[in-house]
Parts: sequence; C-alpha cells; structure tokens
Amino acid sequence: MRVSRRLFIRDGVATVTLGLTAPAFLSAIAQAQGLPSRRLVVIYLGGGNDALNTLISYQDSNYYNRRPTIAIPAGQVLQVGVDAGGRALGLHPRLGGLWNIFNEGRLALVQRTGYANSSRSHFEATDIWGTANPQSSSGSGWLGRYLDTLPRPVDALAAWNTSGETPRALLSGQTGVPAIPNASTYTYASPNRGSAALQERTAAQIMATNPAAGRPHLAFVNSTSRAAIETLDRVALATSYTPTIVYPNNGFGLALRTVAGAIVRGVGSRVYWVQTGGFDTHAQQGGSAGAYGNLMGTLGDGLWAFYSDLRNTGLLNDTTVILFSEFGRRISENGSGGTDHGAAGLMVALGGMVRGGLYGTAASLAPGNPTLENNSGDVHFETDFRSVYARVLDQWLGVNSVPILNGDFRAGAPAIL
Amino acid sequence: MSQLSPEIDHLLRRAGFGASPADAETFRDMSTSAAVAHLIDYEGRPDDVDARIGRADHVQVTSRDLFAPDIDIDDARQRWMFRMIHTRRPLQEKMALFWHNHFATAYSKLVADSGNLQAAKMLAHKPTTLRGPQGQIELFRQYALGNYRDLLLQVAQDAAMLVWLDGQSNTKGKPQENFGREVMELFTVGVGNYTEPDVYAAARVFTGWNLRESVGYRRDDMNAYQEFVYNADEHETSEKTFSFPIYTNGSRTIPARSESAGAQDGVDLITALAVHPETARRLARKLWNFFISEVHQPDPAFVDGAAAVYLRNGTEIRPVVRYVLTSPWFNDPSMRFERYAWPAEFVARAIKEVGWQGFSLDKVRSPLANMGMLLFEPPNVGGWPLGAGWFSTGTMLARTNFAATLAASQKEFLAVSLESEGRTPQALLAAMLDRVTPAPLDPIPQQALMSYVVAGGTWTGAAEQLNTRAAGLARLLVGSSEYQLV
Repeated sequence: MRVSRRLFIRDGVATVTLGLTAPAFLSAIAQAQGLPSRRLVVIYLGGGNDALNTLISYQDSNYYNRRPTIAIPAGQVLQVGVDAGGRALGLHPRLGGLWNIFNEGRLALVQRTGYANSSRSHFEATDIWGTANPQSSSGSGWLGRYLDTLPRPVDALAAWNTSGETPRALLSGQTGVPAIPNASTYTYASPNRGSAALQERTAAQIMATNPAAGRPHLAFVNSTSRAAIETLDRVALATSYTPTIVYPNNGFGLALRTVAGAIVRGVGSRVYWVQTGGFDTHAQQGGSAGAYGNLMGTLGDGLWAFYSDLRNTGLLNDTTVILFSEFGRRISENGSGGTDHGAAGLMVALGGMVRGGLYGTAASLAPGNPTLENNSGDVHFETDFRSVYARVLDQWLGVNSVPILNGDFRAGAPAIL
Repeated sequence: MSQLSPEIDHLLRRAGFGASPADAETFRDMSTSAAVAHLIDYEGRPDDVDARIGRADHVQVTSRDLFAPDIDIDDARQRWMFRMIHTRRPLQEKMALFWHNHFATAYSKLVADSGNLQAAKMLAHKPTTLRGPQGQIELFRQYALGNYRDLLLQVAQDAAMLVWLDGQSNTKGKPQENFGREVMELFTVGVGNYTEPDVYAAARVFTGWNLRESVGYRRDDMNAYQEFVYNADEHETSEKTFSFPIYTNGSRTIPARSESAGAQDGVDLITALAVHPETARRLARKLWNFFISEVHQPDPAFVDGAAAVYLRNGTEIRPVVRYVLTSPWFNDPSMRFERYAWPAEFVARAIKEVGWQGFSLDKVRSPLANMGMLLFEPPNVGGWPLGAGWFSTGTMLARTNFAATLAASQKEFLAVSLESEGRTPQALLAAMLDRVTPAPLDPIPQQALMSYVVAGGTWTGAAEQLNTRAAGLARLLVGSSEYQLV
C-alpha cells in the first residue's frame, strides 16, 4: 500500500491530506462489504413544489381559469403524451433536460403522490415524508432504517448527505451519515505545518476516541468528529473528479457534480441526499419565466448534466434518482401571483434502469371533482408515497420494504423499476 | 478552570457569549445574584458598542469600501458579531439572537424582492443618519426582554417580515396564508393547537397589512425605504371565527368591522395568541432549551412556572428570563455544558477567549456559513436546526477549521502572553485552560493534549516551540468536542 502525504497552505492555514492511492483508498469496511453496484440518489425540493406547474394538464380549462397569471400556455409545454386517465400532459418549458431523459425512456413521472389528510405545515410534512409514517413526524427515517439493515460495522460513508443538516429521512438509530455541504472545505486545517500539524491531527483523533461515559451529548459530538476524520480522505478523492460534462454553476449543480465524483471514484456510498430550496412560492412565482421558471431551469439543467455525466462514464445503469417535495400547492393562484400550501404532489424517478413514462392520473381541476379535496382547493392523492418507497427498496436496493416501512405498500406501487 | 467561579462562568456562557479577560475583571468580585442582575437590568449601562467599531483594542472589521452595516449585509453581519464580542449588554445581544431564530427571516428572499441594499436595510438598519424605520434586528434588540405581545405586533408590521411571509400582498380578493399560518405554527401556539380553518381565518384577519414605499422610492437609494401600511380598502371586513378564544369573555369570533376599523382584527388576534396558554408553554420550552439544557427535556414544573410568570406579567419577557436564570434548574451544576453552542455563540466565545489581535470579522463569514449559521440567513421560517442538529461531519470540520484559522492568527500573541507560563508543558496547558473553557476534560483528551505539547521533542520553552504548541493547543481546545458544549 503506497502512502502519499500532501501538505498545502491556504489562507495561512495548513491543510493536511493524508491519503492512500485508490483503490486501496476505500476503507477496509467498505472493501469487506464489497462495492455496492446500485446507488440511490434522493432529491428533495424544499418548500413544497408546485406540481401542477411542473407537469401541466394543458387541456384542462380549469387549470387556466384558476391560474390566470401563472398558468403555462399550452403551446409552451414540452409534451409527454397522455396519461391513463386520458389527460394530455406536458413538462414546464424550462425542464428541457428532464424532457430529454423522458424521450430516452428513462424518466418516470408519478402523479398525485401523497397520503390522506396531507399536512400543510412544511416541517411536519417534510418529517412525514422522512419517517414514511403519516401519523408520526418524529423518530427515524426510512433511509436511516434501510442503512440499519446493512451488516455491521457499517462504513462511515455508507450514505452521503450533500446538505449541511441531516434530514429526518436519513435519521437512524445506528448509522451516522456524514454531511458534506461543501466538499472542497471538507478538510482538516492546522495553524502549524509539517510534523506539528500531523501531531495535532493525531491528538484530535485520540481526543475524539473518548467514550465519554455518562455524557451522551459529548459522546455524540465525539462520534461526529471521528466520522469526519475517517471520511476526509475519501471525500477528497471524490472532489478530485473531473466531470465529462459542464455542470450548471449553482448549488444544486455543484452538489450533483460532487455526487457524480463520489460515484465515479467508487467511494462506496449507497445513498446520496441532495436538496434544493426556494419552492415555497407564495408570491410572484411567474409562469414560464420568473422565479418558478428559474427553479425549473436549475432542476432540469442540473439533472440533465448529472444524467449525461453518468451515461458517459458507464454508470447510469447503476444509479436511480428519485425526487419529491413535502406537498403540492393550492390549485388557484393567490392575490400575490403565487400559490399557498396544498396537498398531493409529483414524484419523479430517473436512471438507466427506470421504466420511463407517465404513472397515475392527473386530477380534474373542475370544482367538485372527486380528485380534489379541501373544498376543491387542493389535489387529492392517488398514489401512496410509501408505495414508491417500497418499489425502490424492494426492486432497487434489494431489501424487504415491509419492516423498513412498517407495512406492506407494494400493492398499487407504480412499476417504475 | 477560568478565573471566575463556575457559577458565573456558566452564567456568562448561557446569558452571554463567554468571558474575555476584560469581562473577567468586571465579574470577578461579583456575587452570582449581582451578576444575574447586571445581565438582566442592562439599561443602566451604555449601549455604546457600535461606537467602538474600528478601535484598535477591539476585534477588527473589514469592508470592501466604506463600512456600511445599515445597508450592506456582510457589514451588518460583522457589526452583529462585533456586538456579541464587545457589548456591555451581553444578554440583550443573546436575546436578539434568540428572537432572530424564533422569527427567522432570511435576507435572500428579501433580496429577490427588493434588491441588496433594501434587503439589508430592512434587516439591519439602525436609524441614525438614514431615513426609514429600524431594521428587524434592531426591533429584536429593542424588545430583547420586552413585552412579547408588543413584539409580535411589531413583527407583524415589520417590513422584512411583510416581505418574508408575503404579507405585503395579502389582499381581500385573495387572502395570503403564509403569515397567518406561521404566526400560529411557529411564533405562538404551535402545531396541534390550531386548525386549517384557523389558518384561512388568520389570513383574512391580516388582509390589508401591506407595505408602502417612501416618496420617490428607488431600491438603490440608501434613504429610500418601505414601511408598514394598513390598506383599509384591501381589508376583508366579514367576521372571522377561530377554534380558540379571541376575547377574555371566551368569544371565538372577531366581529365584522368596517374597513377603516379593520386593523383592529390583527391586534385582537395577536393579543389572543400572545396570551394563549400554549404560547406561554411553548416559549417556556424554547427558553429551557436556550438557557438550561438541550440534553434534558424541559421539566414540567419549570414549564408551568415560567408560563405562569409570563401570563401573570402580561407577556413581559424580562420576568420570565429572570425566573429562568434564578431557577434551581439553571443553577443545578449538572446542567452545565448541557447545551450545544450555536455557531455564532461558538465563534464569539472563541474570539473572546483566544484573542482578537489583528483579527478581522470578515474572516468568520465563510466559516459560519460552513457551520450552518450564516446570520440573517436562516434555512427557513422554522429557524435553524438546534441542538444536536448543528452537528454533522461537515459542520464539525468547519468548527475545527475555524479554530485553526483563529489560532493561526493569534500565534504570536499567544506565545508572547504565555511566555512566563511556557516554562513547563504542564504550566502551558494549565494556562491555556485558564483562558479557553471547554467542558471538563476526561483523562483521554487530557493525555492527548499533553502528548501533543511534548511531541516536538524536549521541552525548552523557546519562542518557536511556544509559538507552535500554544497555537496548536488553542486549535485543539477550541476544536474539541468539549468546547462545542456550553
């Protein structure tokens, strides 16, 4: 095993990288467990995505009546055909990237996903999508419970969170997930150089081994420190990746670029979490252009770059992406040219093994129609979001979804994989 | 460890931002109860901290051109950190931080609405020379220990909040639910204590609570501003019924009122929410977590006690905080170091304890962002994920790397000031622990620190050795897990 030591100076502060050359770079645990051949990337659109303007039912006259200033003109949508209910649908014009994937047969659009008595609170609803239990917004998350099924000891990078805080979906009783919001600053700095800097890193590592008996909060911070030090070098490996394609220069694009780097460099993570915000469009959301159009552009362009990069590197068939938001939005626009909190939303899946197409049926937006709820203000759910989770767990990650979801939700699951 | 009693050290970490050597002078001869009074009854001491920005014996600020904290958000961030470090009223600053999280409002959305200058002004304007209302953070300072009902009313009429939760466009034609929902879910009673119809009713209550622009408004004009206006003809006048009492006679219905009298709807709802028993309990629980412990659940007796003080005193916060800081729970030694330091607290305390010679606060912006707490940029209206939520591998590295940056900047200063203690490794470590106050260190970290001091070879106490090891120790202590607890 060849050891390379690099030391470089930034801002007067030395950054210590203690690296091994790949493939010996993988942790012993990750190697022992074998490289997972399948990875799941979960994307959360924070704030409640306006699903009705993501996938547009452009022949529904009530869509235009109820959204006089924010509706997408029928002539601008990117047509994706007709769903099982006979409704013609199209993607937002800024989702050209997703449209490309759809046309390659690798984009699944699952309409009207949600659950009964949908929470309109951002926090409670996000937690419910995390716990996968509409009755409880506390406790562990569905991805955390999946990670708990991996053989122990589990690799410190079994999952990779690109956001700074740990979402409830990844919370687990037994498996910590590193948060790597900015991979380029995921380093260990010292006020000193040379051997003093290395001695300092050693001391920090030893300090963090203190089990802190009787002080669980201290033990928790110590375990976080240990996980940080353990994962430094492999994260550096991922950031050294040069993509085959230019990613959009925004937070979402850069997060996907980092994920691609981790996948291509083979760091061994099975689950990646990416989130992007700004979807709480209560005011001035715009139609084809404007704030919502920019959100769609960020989303579609980022995912197209990611998809293309993985295809170029031959890893597309090992990767599935699923995308969700905590709720959809009110059907009628409000007085501020925006939309308030609603109910059912849109889930999207893409990847080399995804069976593309339209799943489920669009709501009829006519007041009084049974596909609506809340005095016809909101879209009522048709597909239980847990059935999509079940499909991903059973068919993609190869585990039994029933204990993870605390129930059998396979019936009626869209056959996206 | 430090030169102060453990009681006062604890008090200053919780009700302030730790103690600099100058603070230690101030508090050295004070009893604990005198120190509590000193912190709570702060009006007697001058609010002169901003005037000291730029003075040589203080932490520095750096600006691209003229330092303009009323209209430039990065300068406003530096001014706030400066205040945390040098204020003579630490509890006022601490409560401003508490309210900033409670009424979490993010600069970025304000920018999208009104541009950089107006967005910064809405959040941070301190009226001296520029025209326009005070910024949101000044409101939080003014009401730091003030009346909660009054604060809530001011917040409902605060320009930043009216943009943040879209009240500016709440009209009778299409009531806007954003503020109506959050005022119940997050600012007062909490989930489970209101219904969906309450949200719709609350939206109607605040119709017409909008903004107006100053005459000749231009967003890049530093004297232009936006301010609250009650647009009577945009107010929805019909009656509004809630699931909880609005009036002391138990009535749940705000009566139909004329447009001109309709602003009273919002005052009635805010008053009802402020005196709602669940608001009292929710604030009590949040204050427990902020001042007493994030490890132990709030003691029911504490929640009852603090809520009763709040209601008995007509929603005044000062008596509640006095109750908290003098309570047996706050003063229970087992509650020390049972809170996870917020990144801004961590940074302010580290600077106060390690030193600030030649250090500029523009160097804390990126580290704070990497730690997950860019001031004036909470992740959403629910505020930051507190407690254990601050800690992930990435944010922990950001904390330790900030410790490295700070220690590197204070290298010479530390070596010079520790020259006499540097004669033995033991004395050096002890002297560092006099300045820097982590939670008690178990034998494993203690031994690791001592091994680090002597790892460079035979100890001579020579300048270069002291230079390296004192800075390294500061880095290890401030970056330790123990130091993240307050």
